[in-house]
Amino acid sequence: MTAVTMLVNGKSVTADVEPRTLLVQFIRDHQQLTGTHVGCDTSQCGACVVHVDGKAIKSCTTLALSCDGAQVTTIEGVGTETDLHPMQAAFREHHGLQCGFCTPGMIMTSIDIVRRKGTNLDEATIRAELEGNICRCTGYHNIVKAVAAGAQAMGATTKQAAE
Amino acid sequence: MYAFDYRRPATLNEADLALKAAPGAKLLAGGQTLIPTLKQRLANPGVVIDLSAIPDLKAITRKGDTLHIGAMATHAEVAGSKDVAAAIPGLATLASHIGDPQVRHKGTIGGSLANNDPAADYPAAALALGATMHTNKRTLSAQDFFQGLFATALDDNEILTEISFPIPKRFAYAKFPNPASLYAMVGVAVAETAGGPRVAVTGAGTDGVFRVPALETALTGGFKADALKSVTIPTTGINGDIHGSPEYRAHLIGVMARRAVAAA
Repeated sequence: MTAVTMLVNGKSVTADVEPRTLLVQFIRDHQQLTGTHVGCDTSQCGACVVHVDGKAIKSCTTLALSCDGAQVTTIEGVGTETDLHPMQAAFREHHGLQCGFCTPGMIMTSIDIVRRKGTNLDEATIRAELEGNICRCTGYHNIVKAVAAGAQAMGATTKQAAE
Repeated sequence: MYAFDYRRPATLNEADLALKAAPGAKLLAGGQTLIPTLKQRLANPGVVIDLSAIPDLKAITRKGDTLHIGAMATHAEVAGSKDVAAAIPGLATLASHIGDPQVRHKGTIGGSLANNDPAADYPAAALALGATMHTNKRTLSAQDFFQGLFATALDDNEILTEISFPIPKRFAYAKFPNPASLYAMVGVAVAETAGGPRVAVTGAGTDGVFRVPALETALTGGFKADALKSVTIPTTGINGDIHGSPEYRAHLIGVMARRAVAAA
């Protein structure tokens, strides 16, 4: 067992883990943060996407020990039930989901898209950027609408905060 | 995954010592191939040495007519680098189309080259650009580095540290991605270098990445897509599988080569 310490959703956590522990196992099994999902377990589907040091990665294809000292943000860290992140609110408003299994990963990826591509996203950009996230329910149309609206809302929030 | 011991050296020297102390250990770069391989129990290295905490291996710099990229630079970092965009823009474009955004945040150029997956994009670029591979022990030409499917000239205890690319007059890479995996069914990198035109192909060879002398010769008279129209690619050494026959892939080499030259 090896000790690992990281900042998960702003809280410093330490645990002894086997070196083969994946980041997603650390998040779900050790931290009981079960919003991050395991879908394919082969880095295709994106249900496990979290942010490590601000960047979206697939936590099923990352060792927990590689994240020693890192800042990790999961879906639980972006908003609360009473104060949703603008991207979460947009997914609800536009019904960007059916079963909801892929949604945490979709939202974490979408926030990362805004970080890299800005708040005005066209449909082609959104579809290309969602390459690493699979939804088996929706056919993506409402997800694409939700990401565009969520990105706009994030822009508005940033603007408000600056004023 | 089989259980393994884990090391995360902070310097190249520590990594070297860790490798020497653990014969059979695997180096972990971005992990986007190694971790899936471990998960499937296709590898049982005993010790995994994670290179992610060695800051020296990530630098991207231009020195004169050469672009230097640290082996641990991620695909996203190469794709987003101003130095790469200014020196060899086609290389930034190539990096921006590997895998998906999340994979590009983890996967590294050194990991890709050392793995030498026969369908990976970077080997074609390294071979077409006449790159030099720097290890902790020596330097190797790309030509000598790639040695067949998933095989390179790297010794068991050797660490790829940096790749240097002579800046060409023009370079582009065109791939025909498998729609499911996004790996190249065929990917062709073309470069107009000081030493003449170079063309390298990934995804199609039964023995991994390879150059195509017939296409290079055809480009010698002028670096134009039309110059390649009359070249027929033989199916000798071309891979066939459920995704495409050797004939189909050989045809795609010509098509992708013309697209790459047109884009360069």
